[in-house]
Amino acid sequence: MAKVVKEMSYADIPKKRRPKSHTGKKTLIHIVCIFLSILSILPFWVMIVNSTRSTPEIQQHALSLIPSTNLVKNFQILTGKSFNPLTGLMNSMIISVGVTLLTVYFSSLTAYALVAYEWKLKNAFFKFIVGVMMIPAQVTMIGFYQMIYKVGMTNHLSVLILPAIAAPATVFFMRQYLYPTLSMEIVQAARIDGAGEFRIFNTIVLPIMKPAIATQAIFCFVNSWNDLFKPLVLLTDSKKYTMPIMVSLLRGDIYKTEYGSIYMGLTLTVVPLIIVYLLLSKYIIAGVALGGVKS
Amino acid sequence: MKKKKRTGEVRYAKYGYIFSLPFVIAFLIFQLYPILYTAFIGFTNMKGVIPPEVHVLDNPFENFQQVLSSSTFQTALKNTFFIWIINFIPQIALALLLTAWFTDRRWKIKGQGIYKVLIYMPNIITAATIAILFKAFFDYPTSPVNDILQNIGILKEAHNFLVSKGVAKGIVAFIQFWMWYGYTMLILISGVLGINPEIFDAAEVDGASRVQIFFKVTLPNIKTILLFTLVTSLIGGLNMFDIPKLFLLGGPDNATLTTSVYIYNQAFSGSYLYNRAAAASMIMFVIIMIFSSLLFLLLREKDADGYGADISKKIKKQQKRDRKLAKKGGLA
Repeated sequence: MAKVVKEMSYADIPKKRRPKSHTGKKTLIHIVCIFLSILSILPFWVMIVNSTRSTPEIQQHALSLIPSTNLVKNFQILTGKSFNPLTGLMNSMIISVGVTLLTVYFSSLTAYALVAYEWKLKNAFFKFIVGVMMIPAQVTMIGFYQMIYKVGMTNHLSVLILPAIAAPATVFFMRQYLYPTLSMEIVQAARIDGAGEFRIFNTIVLPIMKPAIATQAIFCFVNSWNDLFKPLVLLTDSKKYTMPIMVSLLRGDIYKTEYGSIYMGLTLTVVPLIIVYLLLSKYIIAGVALGGVKS
Repeated sequence: MKKKKRTGEVRYAKYGYIFSLPFVIAFLIFQLYPILYTAFIGFTNMKGVIPPEVHVLDNPFENFQQVLSSSTFQTALKNTFFIWIINFIPQIALALLLTAWFTDRRWKIKGQGIYKVLIYMPNIITAATIAILFKAFFDYPTSPVNDILQNIGILKEAHNFLVSKGVAKGIVAFIQFWMWYGYTMLILISGVLGINPEIFDAAEVDGASRVQIFFKVTLPNIKTILLFTLVTSLIGGLNMFDIPKLFLLGGPDNATLTTSVYIYNQAFSGSYLYNRAAAASMIMFVIIMIFSSLLFLLLREKDADGYGADISKKIKKQQKRDRKLAKKGGLA
């Protein structure tokens, strides 16, 4: 995050030593940055405004920056059809929380195994993790779906949660964090005090990893929350739909001319994300810089 | 790390295996088996709602041959690369420009924090939502884009943008660009901040200009990070699904059909051609593994303690700073 740097006033510097003025260039930079900022906000602003306008209003003028009064009615039309925001919210919440907890806990545990102990297959195992961390879900989905289908587990949220125990990219990140951080003296001291290895991990190592866990938890949660592909393939029962699947329903024919309620549905999925983002932006921006893992 | 610190580890070696076990089991069940199974399905006759008895085809490579010679798959592959390229070039260019501005030591652009927060924002919004939002923006006959173009007199009447193949591809690429340039910028900025400031001091003393410093000092020093960005973006681009799937359902006339959408459509959109989809998946898998091994080599390069020295270094630095601060606080 930017720190506000107190600049020396021009008057403090003798005339000869004053640096070349860059006011013109700086202004240009600010103009470009403000333009880009507007480009980031405007689509969402138009969306939120349109979610308060009636369909005839939108048909007349689809672009408006001023909210209208149709919010409640749009919501009623939206939820009167197949879009069920509460169900979507609940399912997405269950999956994302589950995925995040499993990912950060077991990735930390695996990273600890890779850092604290000397075992024969350690290096090979680490190389393997680096090798497979870029394999995307898409290319393994046919086999995954067939496997889940055969054991009759489609439409179980657990099949979207349990795979999170093995998250190679997160293990990689955690290991990179833990390697320079962990002091074996502390671990030894705890051993002398009679603590078991598992307890040492839970009570000593996990707290040490808190910063890395926080970063990874945020990205893991967001990635899981936004995922469309896996839920779309595995969940066919509308009671199990996640938020992104709910959103994809807005693409369907039943909402074809209900512009106001389409915008309403989109807004419902975006606003919570934006609020959380703005609250955590400091950590998120710092987390990306530290090598936040792309999904 | 010093050997001395790690005495008595032989006794504890078994915990290395025990603590890795959950990961290994989950990986075997949920990743390795599905990959192998996908590969196997690619050689079989598995298709239809209720597949017949599954057996390996007489010509095991039949599905692969069919996919590779299918004009739809070829179109999808071309689209995927094309959309990725026209999104990546402006993305990296703008990200570099913003990086140069935000890391300039003499300009010290104010308000950077807010710019970064806003520029990065689209990246965390659900891609499915963004796809449908942009569809609504360009819709025909009623949409914000049509409205504004008519208001300022560029268009006389509503225009149906989304029937044009070029425009459709362009918008998908633009959405990708818009969602990801902030991410790329943040990664590059952190790369530049990791460069030893003495190098910049020296260049400034030598009287190098801003442009010279950027091209001769900054760029060569973030080479690894640039390559990392390139490879991860490419792999992400090869899996592009949400935007092309929901924006125009791959249309018009397959203009925004990507390989992921192709795979999905083959298997799950009514045709149940699991074998064909599996073959296409394995083809993509091979392509991705080639790029991924490139990344693997990259990360191994110039590294003292294993992999990803950049991250380790950054963390070490941060910890040093924290310790210093803590000490100061303790003394005060």
